[in-house]
Amino acid sequence: MESSIFRFILRHSRRQQVLLLVITLASFPFLYASLELPKKIVNEAISGKNIPAEMFGVPLDQVRYLLILSGLFLALVVVNGWFKYQINTMKGRLGERMLRRLRYELYVRILRFPLPRFRKVSSGELIPMITAEVEPLGGFIGDAIALPVFQGGTLLVYLAFIFMQDPVLGAAAVSLYPFQGWLIPRLQRKVNQLGKQRVRTMRQISDRIGETVAGIGEVHTHDTSAWHKADLAHRLGDVYDIRFEIYQRKFFIKFLNNFINQLTPFFFYAIGGYLVIKGQLSFGALVAVLAAYKDLASPWKELLDWYQLKEDTRIKYEQVVEQFQVPDLLDDRLLEEDPAGDIRITGRLALDHVQFGEETGAKPLDDVSGEIELDRHTAVVAVGAGGEELAQIVARVLLPTAGRIRLNGEDYLCLPESVTGRRVAYVGSSPYLFSAPLFENLVYGLRHRPLRPDPDADPARRKRRTAEAQMSGNTDRDIRADWIDYEAAGCTGPEDLVERIRDVLRLVDLDADVYSFGLNRTVDPQRRPDVAARVLAAREAVTDLLTDPKMGQLVERFDPERFNTNATVAENLLFGTPVGSAFATDTLAENPYMLHVLDKTGLSERFLDAGRRVAETMLELFSGLPQGHEFFERFSFIGFAELPEYQAILAHAGKDGLDRLRPDERTRLMSLPFKVIPARHRLGLLDDKAIARLLEARRVFARDLPADLRGAVEFFDPRVYNAAATIQDNILFGKLVYGQAQVQVRVGRMMAKLVDDLQLRELIVEVGLDHPVGVGGSRLTSAQRQKAALARALLKNPDLLVLGDATSSLDSASEARVHAAIRKHRQGRGLLWVVHRAGHARSFDRVIVLNGGRVAEEGRSVELDKPGTLLHELMGAD
Amino acid sequence: MSINEEVACLRKIPLFANIETSKLKLLAFTSERVTFDPGDTLFEQDEMGNCAYIILSGEADVVVRTPTGPVTVATLGPSEVVGEIAILCDVPRTATVMAHSHLHVLCISKDLFFRIMTEFPQIAVEIMRVLANRLEKTTSRLREVLSERAA
Repeated sequence: MESSIFRFILRHSRRQQVLLLVITLASFPFLYASLELPKKIVNEAISGKNIPAEMFGVPLDQVRYLLILSGLFLALVVVNGWFKYQINTMKGRLGERMLRRLRYELYVRILRFPLPRFRKVSSGELIPMITAEVEPLGGFIGDAIALPVFQGGTLLVYLAFIFMQDPVLGAAAVSLYPFQGWLIPRLQRKVNQLGKQRVRTMRQISDRIGETVAGIGEVHTHDTSAWHKADLAHRLGDVYDIRFEIYQRKFFIKFLNNFINQLTPFFFYAIGGYLVIKGQLSFGALVAVLAAYKDLASPWKELLDWYQLKEDTRIKYEQVVEQFQVPDLLDDRLLEEDPAGDIRITGRLALDHVQFGEETGAKPLDDVSGEIELDRHTAVVAVGAGGEELAQIVARVLLPTAGRIRLNGEDYLCLPESVTGRRVAYVGSSPYLFSAPLFENLVYGLRHRPLRPDPDADPARRKRRTAEAQMSGNTDRDIRADWIDYEAAGCTGPEDLVERIRDVLRLVDLDADVYSFGLNRTVDPQRRPDVAARVLAAREAVTDLLTDPKMGQLVERFDPERFNTNATVAENLLFGTPVGSAFATDTLAENPYMLHVLDKTGLSERFLDAGRRVAETMLELFSGLPQGHEFFERFSFIGFAELPEYQAILAHAGKDGLDRLRPDERTRLMSLPFKVIPARHRLGLLDDKAIARLLEARRVFARDLPADLRGAVEFFDPRVYNAAATIQDNILFGKLVYGQAQVQVRVGRMMAKLVDDLQLRELIVEVGLDHPVGVGGSRLTSAQRQKAALARALLKNPDLLVLGDATSSLDSASEARVHAAIRKHRQGRGLLWVVHRAGHARSFDRVIVLNGGRVAEEGRSVELDKPGTLLHELMGAD
Repeated sequence: MSINEEVACLRKIPLFANIETSKLKLLAFTSERVTFDPGDTLFEQDEMGNCAYIILSGEADVVVRTPTGPVTVATLGPSEVVGEIAILCDVPRTATVMAHSHLHVLCISKDLFFRIMTEFPQIAVEIMRVLANRLEKTTSRLREVLSERAA
């Protein structure tokens, strides 16, 4: 990577810079003409002097001449504007392309960092470097060459003009330039240093913020928020101090510059004036020189500003780039090379004096030699460190600091990742999942290169994007293409891939989890009519099952003609699922259409009265509890903070009557009954008459619903799939009945049986694959994360599977199942497993025992497991 | 049954006799009401428990396993509490309880019970009094048995 920004600019944009310069210079005559023409209009056309008799053979009078010149002026305005527009666009585009190139190059560098580098540099530092810190560079790059050349040229022209008028005055005009040219960089140097310091401090701050986010649990566990606040405040204070000093110096430089610029006219007036008085200089010449000097000030100022910006940008560039100049960067060939032919990782892997660790301090791996047979299962038992490192080195995730590894005699460490990353799979103890649906995470290991172009792509747009990417040195691989290597997974296309994923999920014991994800997901019936149809069939089957009174009492189904006492009043009124915020339960009392329906059915006053009763009960129950008590969250309709407001509303209602409440008070009271679930809250609010009216309101609500609100609610219709409800709710089409013993377990059992009878499970698992796993997989449990990572590794059918402590979060029953399944699945293929309980090594073909990073014992497990060996001792200790 | 009827039922329980209505209402509101059909099991002997039951209506049988088979040792009716020992100290259920008839109970979880007690010390004092009474009764019963033996 170029060490200075000018080298970077020259290397990647020389042609555009020259072009920019040429166009800038080409614009110059027009600019000059547009300054010259007004003079001509005033002096000649308007005052009527020197009017040419004819132009291009056309005879002229004064008015015609004026019109022609004015027209010319207008044309020049347009031409100048056009030049400016073109130049600015070119500059912007050039800057943006260069910025894109720089960011891309920096990102590629991150991908090429050797893994141990990430122990020293955090994402909190790297991210702002690539995003925010380089941002101002784009603006500068367009100006990098054209501006100094243009302004410098202008300056020279003016200077030449002054010198031609009078060499002495010319010398006077520039007399202070050398001094300025010497002084300013000197002053600037200190500002530069401060600027560097500021960037460093800001980086530390973003690192700290990143750490706070990552370790937020620890902050709360140990009551260290005050410490963190003080730490950040201290660092912000440092930034303030640095910034303040920069301001002082920067503005001092400005002050000095202005002073010096004003000093020159002093010389003109004093010396020039003296010369005029003495008759050695004509008065006209002095005025001309003064005017020229005034014009001089602007380019000179631009040049100085450019210098300051250049310095600023230079430092930013150097400071960012130096962080990415890492000595043992991975060879780009390892990442990009795509050797022809099918290279398999089979045979033998020979480790020869492999060592890993920092130069000073303990080495997790020291002088490890041995052979790994890639058609057998090898267990690694490590006493102390070294197990995970060995696994990562064998998986080629980590490169050893010394020693060699040979695959059937060939250098294993030189194989590109297109071989090792596809033929070897590794799962460690805390695998990373990307913030995407589970499916994307599972097929992640199959995405190496774009394989089939995006069928929906617009070819013209695609062509433009590709060309643009190439111009910025970016990759032109299309992210929207189909990258999934179905063949590698042993499939032919998307259809059987899902089938294969289901097999793998079963293998790693994740299928039940994904099934329950699926039950709780919504499906768009337009996109998946097959799912909708089968779910509706299941709903039908539930109807049959519920005719058994034993089961029937567990679920209260949605019946258009009946009030559902186990659903909220709001759900009963909408008789559907709200989509978006228009009919959200919390704000129903503010919804004009809902209020209209209540009015029309004569329910408004009843709602108000019910609201009063709910509020009274809530105040009675919860007003004695302290703030933040979990009952407010779990049980109360009214939060702690709102209690006094409701108290005031009730007092007002008690004094003046409910009908005298202010509109906002009415809204507050009326919002309460919507949340009531009669069977659960048992507040006795609704009698039969009220229920009859509610059913009437339900009908009116649906009948009169305006077209623009039609999309805001998905009605419960026994024959229609509800796109806003989960699959489970669609099947059940009702509410679990409150107060039935073990209702969830019993209904869950009924559902499970039904799903199996109708062979729906596979479909639901498929839907469950859309479950988003959250940031870093945070929406999965750690056991689910490990299982998902195992599934991801198995899906790509590796020749060699390397496992670290990959099942540590699983419960022991599940762990045993997964162990057995993986061993069986990998029969006859390479498996290296770093086991954390020596007993697990017993069934493996070979065992390597590491002690303090060195091989203590190695051999067939039956031979090693004898009294007197370390392995035997370790197995006994389990 | 509305919450007010549940409160009336709680009021009849000696443990709650002296507690304000609003507190009883909170207890009723925050605990779950569960229905059991005749023959359904509330809990099994020897399993660990995490809630106590207050019978609102219906009857429940307390059944103890003996070498000769299960024996019903008591039948409980409305306003009686069952399973409270298991939530006060972590011991397994000492008997199986089954619904004798159609049974409505209020299920008070251990977590909720302790929360209510820390929030309203008067309930804790009341419980202490009841437990102390029981202890006193047990002690005097023991004394009687011992003196009978000595005699």
